[in-house]
Amino acid sequence: MSRRLPRKDVVIVGFGWTGAIMANELTDEGLEVIAFERGPWRDAPTDFPPGYMQDELRYRIRHELFLRPDQLTFTFRNKMDQTALPIRSWGAFMPPNGVGGGGVHWNAEMWRFLPSDFVLKTHLTERYGAAFLPLDMTIQDWGVTYDELEPHYDRFEYLCGTSGTAGNLSGKIMDGGNPFEGPRSRPYPTPAQAQPFSHTLFGKAARELGYKPFPQPSGNLSQAYTNPLGMRLGPCTYCGFCEWFGCGNYSKASPQTTILPHLIRKSNFSLRDNSEVVRINVDRSGKRATGVTFVDSSGEEWEQQADLVILSAYTMFNVQLLLHSQIGQPYDPVTNTGVVGRNYTHQTISSVNGFFDNKKFNFNPFIASGSIGMCVDEFNGDNFDHGPHGFVGGGYVGQVQTGARPIESTLVPPGTPAWGADWKKAVKDNYLSTVKPGTGVHGSFYAYRDIYLDLDPAYKDRFGRPLMRITMDLKENEIKQNKFLTDKFAEIIKAMGAEKLAVQYRTAPYDITTYQTTHLNGGAIMGADPKTSVLNKYLQSWDVPNLFVMGASAFPQNAGYNPTLTVGALAYWSAAAIRNQYLKNPGRLVDA
Amino acid sequence: MKQGTPTMIGLRRREFLAGTALLLFSATTVKAATIAGRLPWAPNAGNPPPPIKLGPWEFFNGEEGRAMEALVDCIIPPDPETPGGKDAGCAVFIDRQLAGPYGRQEGLYVRPPFQAGLKNQGHQSANGPAQDYRDGLAAFDRACKQHSGGKPFAELFGDDRIALLKAVDKGELKLDGVDGKAFFTQLVKDAQMGFFADPIYGGNRDMVAWKMIGYPGARYNYLDWVNRHNERFPLPPVGMTGNAQWTRS
Repeated sequence: MSRRLPRKDVVIVGFGWTGAIMANELTDEGLEVIAFERGPWRDAPTDFPPGYMQDELRYRIRHELFLRPDQLTFTFRNKMDQTALPIRSWGAFMPPNGVGGGGVHWNAEMWRFLPSDFVLKTHLTERYGAAFLPLDMTIQDWGVTYDELEPHYDRFEYLCGTSGTAGNLSGKIMDGGNPFEGPRSRPYPTPAQAQPFSHTLFGKAARELGYKPFPQPSGNLSQAYTNPLGMRLGPCTYCGFCEWFGCGNYSKASPQTTILPHLIRKSNFSLRDNSEVVRINVDRSGKRATGVTFVDSSGEEWEQQADLVILSAYTMFNVQLLLHSQIGQPYDPVTNTGVVGRNYTHQTISSVNGFFDNKKFNFNPFIASGSIGMCVDEFNGDNFDHGPHGFVGGGYVGQVQTGARPIESTLVPPGTPAWGADWKKAVKDNYLSTVKPGTGVHGSFYAYRDIYLDLDPAYKDRFGRPLMRITMDLKENEIKQNKFLTDKFAEIIKAMGAEKLAVQYRTAPYDITTYQTTHLNGGAIMGADPKTSVLNKYLQSWDVPNLFVMGASAFPQNAGYNPTLTVGALAYWSAAAIRNQYLKNPGRLVDA
Repeated sequence: MKQGTPTMIGLRRREFLAGTALLLFSATTVKAATIAGRLPWAPNAGNPPPPIKLGPWEFFNGEEGRAMEALVDCIIPPDPETPGGKDAGCAVFIDRQLAGPYGRQEGLYVRPPFQAGLKNQGHQSANGPAQDYRDGLAAFDRACKQHSGGKPFAELFGDDRIALLKAVDKGELKLDGVDGKAFFTQLVKDAQMGFFADPIYGGNRDMVAWKMIGYPGARYNYLDWVNRHNERFPLPPVGMTGNAQWTRS
């Protein structure tokens, strides 16, 4: 029997970007807010000091800042007729842990989705006809539009101090920016970051091929910035330790650098770390959440009651908590009914490494920031005519080289032995003159009927609860899309002057052991119809109106961009709906 | 309710309320920190990496250690400018990794049932890297003696060593009870990891690998260099504990 703690107005589950945003917004409304975080407290000066954060082995290879699989993991299989096996050590993606969540160790790539991404099904059907889409593809409109989200995109960009060059200012196309982006109401708060040598070469080559390259929008700051909450960020020093690492230099946007020092001083906010929420509690009607049950670090169970529950854990853990709490009907791919676990997606990432003449080229590839890049967006979303190509979706391509940490970045040209004297010589000859764009091709992943999440019948977590099972494979549409994008990308790398290329396409079967991105999406998606979505357009649960679910679990399918800016914008959008509508009249914000 | 101000009175009031709650609802305390009112920051509370201790093997026995030194020297051979895997400390690196949390699969999911799966489902075994090395080195030793008139790997020379390793790498020389090709791939990966990781972990001694490729190490400010294109960065590498020469007497 769990012990009860005094009731609060709001309980927040998970304390990364969306938890911090919601806590700040709802405490501004005067509500008593308590947040729970499964992992430890983390702060820049204590946990990411520049004296020892530059440690590739500890943070990149041994995953120090991430969730431990023995705490919680998933099972995985490609197809419904296979036996799913547990992911015993992380591979394809890296679930975050601790205060700040993924906002601690992300690259800080700050992309807005395209206006057409939010009305994807409608848009593609109108342009190409319904028959153009693969039969089992289950893409949907989001229920929210780009225009509705724009002020919230803007707000998150200004919270983070985002560095970039505007491409579309209130409908006017701007030189040097992304001409395909949706209209933005203001320029970026800070100018684009400086670009290292290889990145400028990519821009030049892309321009010569007729594209319109632009600097990737970045949450690693080009200059000092004070955000609307009074938090001060410093200029990025291009150390090349962003992804997988925390920034001890206060120059990467994270909950720690943009929100927490402000939030924590409010008397109506508190946070419990090392406390894992295991269940959302509902009353007898099943229509009202009464709070959450959590387990502290000694294994004792507690109950926190609250009038409003905000689920803001990572994608997978949101979905898992809904399944374990029996909120919403679990998805069944056979009957194509139910919603929780439906439209789970990832990303299609590939890259091309370019090997250059080391007598002519020295890239100093270790000089970088997590989101530094020169990109082209001609092949994203529906920016080009898909008719002749027989697939839908796309992505940006770019020289996004975020550091050249030597365990992972000592590449050798194709055909070189993997060890021995020739390998050693090739490493020495190529390190400074190789272009290695991490996620050079960053493509969309659309939804399918037989790609989904449910509870595993065999494997259990440390509390004896079933693990969540991932059933996922790469489909023909995504394989074609990736081949098309990768070939376009290879042309640009070649035009930069590379002597040799190592081209690696994304192919089936989907592989859980090879890192792609941590951009997992769906499973608790938003939409206009409760039969095909878990949440309405304000991220409010259709079934339990005093429950809101943040994060990329709400994406009906994945666009060809990094998700965090959209995740943050959706949180601000949802918070505004709670503040302006829900609190005045608690109940469903949208009629089913 | 209005948002409060962060005064000491405010803090004390909350502490009082928290205390009351505990008295009312339970006899014990919640075993996790409640953070409110201020950042829970303490000076020098970080968690720097402990440097490895030089000295005898911590995981390998003497026979395994000799084999490992010979193996890492084949994977990363010495040349006139740069030492090989042995002198760079790659075997020491692997030894300390296997003796530590990595070797024991600490933090990984090791609950049963264990069943063989597809390659793209990942490692599925109760054995961690430490046990894999123990088994792999023993099987390699047996295969080696069988093909070399009873000699262990460390007593072979140049081409004989390379020929044997190429056969294992290609899967032509089978190791008894062990996937030899997978074991050798792991060995190559770990040796190269030790070569390029920070010297604090026992390999990359004197930052020899970083000097070889032109990597400046644990520096963190290139503001003056990001715009200097196609120019070689001039400073020598530093590790997390600085430059070895700085601390030498």
